[in-house]
Amino acid sequence: MTKSNERKLTIARAMAEATAQEMRIDPSVFVMGEDIGPLGGVYGNTRGLIEEFGAERIRDTPISETAFIGAAVGAAQDGMRPVVELMFVDFFGVCFDAIYNLMAKNIYFSGGNVKVPMVLMTSTGGGYSDGGQHSQCLYGTFAHLPGMKVVAPSNAYDAKGLMTAAMRDDSPVVYMYHKGLQGMGWLGTEAGATVHVPEEPYTLEIGKAKVVREGKDVSIVSCGMGVHNALKAAKTLEAQGVSAEVVDLVSLVPLDRDTIRASVAKTGRLIVVDEDYMSYGLSGEIIASVTEHDISVLKAAPKRVAFPDVPIPFARVMEQFCLPNPDKIVAAWDEMQAA
Amino acid sequence: MAVKKSSKKPNVSAQELQAYYHDMLLIRRFEEKAGQLYGMGLIGGFCHLYIGQEAVVVGLEAAAKEGDKRVTSYRDHGHMLACGMDPNGVMAELTGRIGGYSKGKGGSMHMFSKEKHFYGGHGIVGAQVPIGAGLAFADKYKGNDNVSFTYFGDGAANQGQVYETFNMAALWKLPVIFVIENNQYAMGTAQARSTSSPDIFTRGAAFGIPGEAVDGMDVLAVKAAGDTAVAHCRAGKGPYILEVKTYRYRGHSMSDPAKYRTREEVQKMREEKDAIEHVRDLLLTGKHATEDDLKAIDKSIKEIVNASAEFAKESPEPALEELWTDIYADDASQTA
Repeated sequence: MTKSNERKLTIARAMAEATAQEMRIDPSVFVMGEDIGPLGGVYGNTRGLIEEFGAERIRDTPISETAFIGAAVGAAQDGMRPVVELMFVDFFGVCFDAIYNLMAKNIYFSGGNVKVPMVLMTSTGGGYSDGGQHSQCLYGTFAHLPGMKVVAPSNAYDAKGLMTAAMRDDSPVVYMYHKGLQGMGWLGTEAGATVHVPEEPYTLEIGKAKVVREGKDVSIVSCGMGVHNALKAAKTLEAQGVSAEVVDLVSLVPLDRDTIRASVAKTGRLIVVDEDYMSYGLSGEIIASVTEHDISVLKAAPKRVAFPDVPIPFARVMEQFCLPNPDKIVAAWDEMQAA
Repeated sequence: MAVKKSSKKPNVSAQELQAYYHDMLLIRRFEEKAGQLYGMGLIGGFCHLYIGQEAVVVGLEAAAKEGDKRVTSYRDHGHMLACGMDPNGVMAELTGRIGGYSKGKGGSMHMFSKEKHFYGGHGIVGAQVPIGAGLAFADKYKGNDNVSFTYFGDGAANQGQVYETFNMAALWKLPVIFVIENNQYAMGTAQARSTSSPDIFTRGAAFGIPGEAVDGMDVLAVKAAGDTAVAHCRAGKGPYILEVKTYRYRGHSMSDPAKYRTREEVQKMREEKDAIEHVRDLLLTGKHATEDDLKAIDKSIKEIVNASAEFAKESPEPALEELWTDIYADDASQTA
């Protein structure tokens, strides 16, 4: 039931609102990307902006990701605050040089002489049979490389605060939004992502995780869509008398290891849910953060629920088999008990 | 198309000619010193010397005004000296010292100076070209008439991102001068073996970008072409391409013995086309300077370069705490 003072927004609308509010007060902010103008962004996150700010500040680009992301680095170094969209994170293959060799390194290479205040927003995630070049998350790929902050909101409140924080940050921020949370009708959406969003601008601190559900028996750690799967699993577990705590990472870089460690120290058990590939990624990093620090807090070996190490398949039955879901999280708990 | 040359009797003042001579010679002596320090083991990694190409940056800097931007590749020492960056800071970066422009974290290929509007020093062939367009975009957006000198080589001209950038720069009428420093070799591969057409500047035609070839061993011709390009950009007509035909005397980097070309070829360029000798001749035959005047310039440059080498040896190595600074613009860091 909606309370009278509630103002529920989708993540897409929350991102667009944050951008518009920042553009009203900071003329150095502009948006650039493929179909972010009249089309409003494939995932809705720039809808309405061109009507208010015009084509000079809301710039549709040629399909030339290397050129416009590289240009954004140049503009950012020259005092602008570009917000740039890489339509699908999967497209990083054609422009990663501009991202990880330029955007991520030039502050360091200059000894701090230049800043690179830019936001690279990009859509992640699958589950709607879009095949293996339009469905990846690639959290680990981006979070692995030093020099970029990386955020991944799970709901509209966080999305707005992170967007404003990202635009005000003097470092490059990769803003990874999940397609399945955007509130796009044609795609279907996770209802839990559409929440109350205050109208006035606010920021969310980049690098702080949130305990979104308190519990005492097991910590389920995830980000983005995984948080919703974790919350659903926690409800199922609750019915079985198991108290699950859910940690929403919110930011992948910097990673809030303290919040993760404190949660696991309390519960003694850890399940990591990651829609990115299993090996060499986020799930391993979270587990290492706990075990390197103090392995004695663990009452059981940690578990991961992640995408298996296969290219993302098209066939619905195959893709759904691979994706994390609440049942798999509950099963991970059961395995933990059986071990 | 014929390469443009300056007229026999250039309309140039003694002061200007002396300044060109000074700035070109500073780059050459600085690079020779860097080569020596490299030989002594004081400089690590790759080190790409600009010797032979001095007229390109000196001529174009003469066409620039305060506020104009420049960005280039890894062969960047000449560009930094020509735009007025401190030789001490550049040399100390080559030796990886705290007094270097990037506190030793960038090295030969990565230095920046917001003060002098120099935006690197980039190690990936062609990657600086989109950055140059972005610098131009920022200036156009701000409504000033600054231009962006975006340098790259004949090798980089075969990178796809150059053409993505040509299209976007032409589409948005960005004030960017694409300076193709054609030194004839993409590392060790001669242009004829790597590039389908002899004239790279004509590639802008597909995007409606005008261009011309320039004799890059003639600083006056470079300056004149620079003036044309700058006027085009400042008038809001969009980008311009200058293909500056030049020649590097040394190998691609210090580790390259340059076995892909003959000694005679290099010798011939040095003897017949050297850009510094050319200006020296103009100065002396035009009676714009005496031998003594030039000796005084040589001496002052020697002092500057020696001082930079001393500074680069004496500046302390960076403290390891510096590893963790400047990863982000604020003090955030990602620690285990």
